[in-house]
Amino acid sequence: MTERAPRIPWRTAEVLEVVAETPRARSLVLRVPDWPGHDPGQHVDVRLTAEDGYQAQRSYSIASPPERPELVLTVERIDDGEVSPYLADEARPGDRFELRGPIGGYFTWTSADGGPLQLLAGGSGVVPLMAMLRHRARRGAPAAARLLYSSRSWETLIYRDELERLARDDARLGVAFALTRAAPPGWTGPRRRVDADMLRELAFDPAERPRAYLCGPTPFVESVATALVALGHAPERIKTERFGPTGGQT
Amino acid sequence: MTRTGDELRLDGNAAAGFLGELFTFDITRATATCDGCGGSSAVGALVLYAQEMGAVLRCPGCSHLLMCVTRPHGAWWIDLRGVRILRVAAP
Amino acid sequence: MITRGFRGKRQSSERIPPGQYVTNDFPVLSAGPTPHSPLATWSFSLEDATRHELHRWTWKELLALPATEIRVDIHCVTKWSKLDTRWKGVTFDALLAAAGREPPGAHVMAFCDGGYTTNVPVADLRGDKGLVAYEYDGEPLPPEHGGPARLLVPHLYFWKSAKWVRGLRFMDADRPGFWEAHGYHIYGDPWKEQRYDGD
Repeated sequence: MTERAPRIPWRTAEVLEVVAETPRARSLVLRVPDWPGHDPGQHVDVRLTAEDGYQAQRSYSIASPPERPELVLTVERIDDGEVSPYLADEARPGDRFELRGPIGGYFTWTSADGGPLQLLAGGSGVVPLMAMLRHRARRGAPAAARLLYSSRSWETLIYRDELERLARDDARLGVAFALTRAAPPGWTGPRRRVDADMLRELAFDPAERPRAYLCGPTPFVESVATALVALGHAPERIKTERFGPTGGQT
Repeated sequence: MTRTGDELRLDGNAAAGFLGELFTFDITRATATCDGCGGSSAVGALVLYAQEMGAVLRCPGCSHLLMCVTRPHGAWWIDLRGVRILRVAAP
Repeated sequence: MITRGFRGKRQSSERIPPGQYVTNDFPVLSAGPTPHSPLATWSFSLEDATRHELHRWTWKELLALPATEIRVDIHCVTKWSKLDTRWKGVTFDALLAAAGREPPGAHVMAFCDGGYTTNVPVADLRGDKGLVAYEYDGEPLPPEHGGPARLLVPHLYFWKSAKWVRGLRFMDADRPGFWEAHGYHIYGDPWKEQRYDGD
């Protein structure tokens, strides 16, 4: 029997640039030859091979919008992780590693899907949602959108400046941060985990029938999804991507 | 390092790369009807367990085992017992 | 292609089976949600092949049986090994003695809350090779690691150490449990690297 070519083949990605995002996260700007394009929300598998042949493979959400020719991944270092310390600390321009994608057509949003678009991010779960917002901005898409982004502190918010700028320049985009552990002096925003009251205040009303995308650590995704349904959002309009316990691939 | 096991569960999204080596279409976009409770979900929304051993996909509503796919030495063992019907949209 | 600068975090050791790496973590791997069986109604049973109950212990009765403490290395088919793990529980031999029975079959199928099963030869449980463990590292076994009790068969790959075990069903002939029926090895000797069917 002839083996058919893999539908999603492994390609060699080259690091073009490294961008520090927070003390623990950075973005890798990659050139991937013959990249077929992607939808916002999709991810890639990254495979690293040590000199003795040992391989480790993990998934990372694509941070860049499809309109951008380079592929951008944002990686948060997980203490004691296996792949993330390499990507978050070691990899430098010129390095190459194997990557395949795009993967996962379920958790995607393009401007054609319309809105209102409700995004809920826990920690590094903001990455695929950022691809959606970047795509939406490039398209000048009319769909109203809101992001509620929960993070430990002001310093751990990824893309913070860019998100504030996007919201400032777009009357139809609302961005709110909920800080769960530490807040800067003068902080007037939410200082706790996302709960029903916060959703009532900051998320689209269920009557507006938003399309909701939730991404982050499994406990975050599950508790927020439950809260949304309890508030009256239709379960079939809620899409989730669980990142596991640590909120990111190790 | 102790964690509740349930924090570790993922969803079908995370199995998309693995299953993408088997199916010629993106199965995470297909809709599976649970043989246990009759509920339907996108495969991407099923609850994924034991990712290191293959893919064990359970109903998000009732935890019924829908699919178990493993890859021993490159072969595929495909158990779809809990999927009453799998619907794949036309391209 | 080799990835410059990538080492991975594993360490190897002469003491561990081929293809394994030592970890200081205790990774959690489950085929389903963590069950939460109330101890007041929990029981552990021995059954014959027709599912006829031969003996049953409540939680208090299990804890009253003579207990054994062991320190062993454990080996997961997903390639991690953990050294010097400490467990406390009741050996298979002690269960048989308490039940006053000889095994009515050469194999068992362990059955568990949540529906998980795994098969083990009786010969691999006797002689202190298998126990029903309820303490890990001096503490009650946590739910994510199989608590209140799990089967412990450390000389085989760790998928045989069935979490949330509720009993052993004797069989005359060997039959595959959950992972064995999905391509994993029927026996699972890590020293022969019997990971998959046919190895």
